[in-house]
Amino acid sequence: MATPALHHGAMFDTNELVLNMGPQHPSTHGVLRVVLRLDGEKVVDADVVIGYLHRGIEKLSENRNWTQIILLTDRMDYVAAATNNVGYCETVEKMMALEVPRRARYVRTILCELQRIASHCLWLGTHAMDIGAMTVFLYAFRERELILDLFEEFCGARLTYNSMRIGGLPLDLPPGWDKKVLEFCKIMDVKLGEYEELLTHNRIWLERTKGIGVLSAAQAVDLGLSGPPLRGSGVPRDIRKDEPYAAYAEMTFDVAIGTAGDTYDRYLVRLEEFRQSLRIIRQATEGIPEGPIVGKVPRLIKPPAGETYHAIESPKGELGYFIVSDGKSTNPYRFRVRPPSFCNLQGLRAMVKGHLVADVVALIGSLDVVLGEVDR
Amino acid sequence: MIDNLVIPLLKILIVLNATLVGVTYMVLLERKVIAWAQSRLGPMRVGPYGILQPVADAIKLMIKEDITPVRADKWVFTAAPIISMVPALIVYAVIPFGDKARLFGRDITLYISDINVGLLYIVSVASVGVYGIILAGYSSNSKYPLLASLRASAQLISYEVAVTLTLVSVILVAGSLSMVQIVRAQESSHVWFLFVQPLAFAIFFIGGLAETNRAPFDMPEAEQELTGGFHTEYSGMRFALFFLAEYANMIVVSSVATTLFLGGWLRPFPNVAALGFLGFIPGWTWFLIKSFVFLYIFIWVRATLPRYRYDQLMRLGWKVLIPLAILNLVVTGIVKVLLL
Repeated sequence: MATPALHHGAMFDTNELVLNMGPQHPSTHGVLRVVLRLDGEKVVDADVVIGYLHRGIEKLSENRNWTQIILLTDRMDYVAAATNNVGYCETVEKMMALEVPRRARYVRTILCELQRIASHCLWLGTHAMDIGAMTVFLYAFRERELILDLFEEFCGARLTYNSMRIGGLPLDLPPGWDKKVLEFCKIMDVKLGEYEELLTHNRIWLERTKGIGVLSAAQAVDLGLSGPPLRGSGVPRDIRKDEPYAAYAEMTFDVAIGTAGDTYDRYLVRLEEFRQSLRIIRQATEGIPEGPIVGKVPRLIKPPAGETYHAIESPKGELGYFIVSDGKSTNPYRFRVRPPSFCNLQGLRAMVKGHLVADVVALIGSLDVVLGEVDR
Repeated sequence: MIDNLVIPLLKILIVLNATLVGVTYMVLLERKVIAWAQSRLGPMRVGPYGILQPVADAIKLMIKEDITPVRADKWVFTAAPIISMVPALIVYAVIPFGDKARLFGRDITLYISDINVGLLYIVSVASVGVYGIILAGYSSNSKYPLLASLRASAQLISYEVAVTLTLVSVILVAGSLSMVQIVRAQESSHVWFLFVQPLAFAIFFIGGLAETNRAPFDMPEAEQELTGGFHTEYSGMRFALFFLAEYANMIVVSSVATTLFLGGWLRPFPNVAALGFLGFIPGWTWFLIKSFVFLYIFIWVRATLPRYRYDQLMRLGWKVLIPLAILNLVVTGIVKVLLL
């Protein structure tokens, strides 16, 4: 840890203040620890300390069989468990060259997008709460609850779904579920307007987010950011578009990008993603084909020897799985995850320099990190 | 004997108790109103609709362990909550809740005292309260409270000047510093000063939010940034004193705003004879209703707005509010001279 450096001011010698923010702090979204070096309230430097939620999921996975790992992936980004499941299952399917039925791919798309909305709801709520707008938090959670209800009806769980199987789905959709999804889309359309009313043109919100934590497109790429933080800086990179998986190739949607690369643009990008997700859900739900939900999967899953990397667009960014199989055992030889939160967190240090303490919490919120995924 | 001692003492007793009970129920009101704004129910468990929640809270806070951090400055740490609480309570001495009431054959004035520098007294006493926050942050010997106390002092100098300048323009219009005389001036001019001094009212209200550390200017507590700010290290009853002081200050600001701008105990439209039937409602009821409206707006604002950053508050104070207040004062002065 850095020792306080002496600053030679105009009149007095002043010390930098080292402020330890977290791991127990209301706005570090779990157990993130940021060691700030402050000059007054201005951040001179920030040290991001992680590892408080490390559970060894990668190593654990090397001792579980291929199906059991799905359950572990739930626990990484626990606010978007379904996308984790999809990413993992698709990676294994890619290794085994399995054909996934079209119906299963459609359902995966719907679940992924519902999950994106749920995750963004949580982001919006906590981000607004960090900046002091407490009502948005409860509004966003109210709508997230509706999504959790949909998931509960589909797979019985509300947070860690374990909702995919290699080669397809564990269950078919319950009857009438698609109507409820469309109903939800209708509600969400209205509620989005409510969030926007409270924030988008709010003077205080604008002052708190505009010009805060500006990252240029080049900087964002250099830092390895992905997802909304990258798109907020104006880079139109979306894996759903660039390397379509599930049924995204058959969907029409736009990729929202920002221009300024500040907190406000990242906010706008995510809000637009709400709308695009609703658009995708509507298309997928209306066009869902009949057919089997699981492809031809061998009884014993044992991918051939080799290594595979497959990435999907999780709500937080590029979620990639790098898996090595030795072709002999029923568990992976090496299991490695590229979590978007971990990589996006790299941006924090570059963003907070020169800003105030109040902006640090706004920026942590703006990156939308989930510590379960950062530490795994 | 009775007029000089017993009645004032009784009045003080009543006002103090009413304030403290009002403050605890203010907390419940805030929780309820914010809950309704956020489509929740709020406290529902203690008593019907949670109306006994303040009692439970009070008992909880009183029996909690009272911790003084080892490295804290003990005397200042103990004194800070008191410095915060006492000014908030003694301000009520000059607030006119009503005109007169006839009780047991005596004319009793519905204010504890009417001193001729009433407004000045309020301004000076109310600004002492901030020292409680500054000292609490300083004496805790902890970093978050320290930052909070820095913020509190920065905030103090940014809004206090503007608020006081608006009060001066009210004094110019009313021609008196006495709170009772200010209400009487509104009675004789047949119009609430809200309509004479709308700009002063707006600045006073914004300043009032800042003075009471309420959202969107609650930087010194800013839970999400400073983990509670100046009262991070406080627990039990000492924390409760800070908490009560904040709400007592809210009531003070509402009462002062009511007195200065909304005609105190006067009924609405005191100049319209057709509404004379409203006069049957006693003056203190009007006063309470008007203050309640303010308190409600305080809560409403908290439920709606995000928090300003403290440099932005200072910019707002120095670059917007103070110039506007000075302009308002100058214009008021010129108009006053021309009309005389």
